[in-house]
Amino acid sequence: MRFGIAVFPGTWSDGDCARAVEVLGHQAVRLWHRDRDLQGSDCVILPGGFAYGDHLRTGAVARFAPLMESVQEFAAAGGLVLGICNGFQILCEAHLLPGALTRNASLEFRCETSWLRAETVETPFTRRCERGGVLAVPVSHGEGRFVADPSTLDRLEAEHRVAFRYVAPDGSPVGDGSPNGSMRDIAGIVSEGRNVLGMMPHPERAAEPILGSADGMRIFGSVVDAVASRTAFAMER
Amino acid sequence: MRYTAEVVVSLKAVVNDPQGLTVRAGLRQLGFAEVSEVRVGKHISLEVDGESEQSVRQRVAEMCEKLLRNPVIEDYRIELRASHPA
Repeated sequence: MRFGIAVFPGTWSDGDCARAVEVLGHQAVRLWHRDRDLQGSDCVILPGGFAYGDHLRTGAVARFAPLMESVQEFAAAGGLVLGICNGFQILCEAHLLPGALTRNASLEFRCETSWLRAETVETPFTRRCERGGVLAVPVSHGEGRFVADPSTLDRLEAEHRVAFRYVAPDGSPVGDGSPNGSMRDIAGIVSEGRNVLGMMPHPERAAEPILGSADGMRIFGSVVDAVASRTAFAMER
Repeated sequence: MRYTAEVVVSLKAVVNDPQGLTVRAGLRQLGFAEVSEVRVGKHISLEVDGESEQSVRQRVAEMCEKLLRNPVIEDYRIELRASHPA
C-alpha cells in the first residue's frame, strides 16, 4: 500500500515517517503542500514539524495550503488521515478534529518518552493495540496541551474517540507527570467517522528497537491492516 | 480611506493561560501584590483600505474569523481609527 506524506515548508518528520512505512515494507510518497494530487495514497500522514513556521498559531496557515483542500475531501470520503504532532495541530485548525493544542502547561518544550494507554482498538489506527495496553512513544513539542470545552470532551469520551491518553509507565494515571497538561490527559483523538487520527506523540520515532521502542509500529501496522481489510471488503462486493 | 485596525486576540476566560500565571507570579515577586489576574494575548496591527469604518470593521472581523483567531480557544476585539499618513 501507499502512504502519502505531506511536506510543508518547515516539516521535518517526513523522513522518519517514510522510514517507518518502508520498514513495514510499504511505499511512501511525498505530497508537496502546493500540489493537490494525493497520488493514489491509501493513507495520508501529516507529519511533525513547524509548517509555515507555525506563525500566528500552530497549523493556522498550513490548513489553507492547496494540499489541505485535497486532504479535506479525502477525509470527508472516509480516507485515512494520520496527523502527528504538528499534523494534529493542523487537523484541529482545519476543523477535521475538535479542540485545539495550546502552550504546554510547563511553558517548556518537552522532548522525552511518553507512555500512552490505548483507550480503544475500534479505530483503523489502533487495531493492533490492546485496549488498556501501554505504548512507549516520544513526544517533542512546546504546544501540545489539548483543550476543548467540557461538552466536547464528554462527547469524545462517550463516543470512545479518545485513542490515547498519557499515563505513568505502569498504566496508572499520569497526574503531574503529563508532558503538556492536556485536559483529561488526552494524547490522541479520532474524528467522528474514526478515519482521522490526531496525536501529539511521534510513533515514527518508536519504529524500531534500535530507537528504544518499536511500539509506534502498532499504529502504522494497524493502518496497513485496515487498508487491507477495506480492499478485501471492496473486492467481495 | 485608510484605517488602522488594532486586533487584540486573547485566550477565552475558560482556557487556562500558563503564560499569564507565570507573569502574575513574576509581578508578585517584584512586589506588585495588588495584581489578581494576568492574561497574555496577541496584538495584531493592520493598515486597511476601505470605504467606511463600518465596511472595514466587517472585513477585519472576517479576517479574525478566518485566520487571526482560533474560535475554539480565543476571543478577539477590534479597535479602528482613521490612519494618518506619517
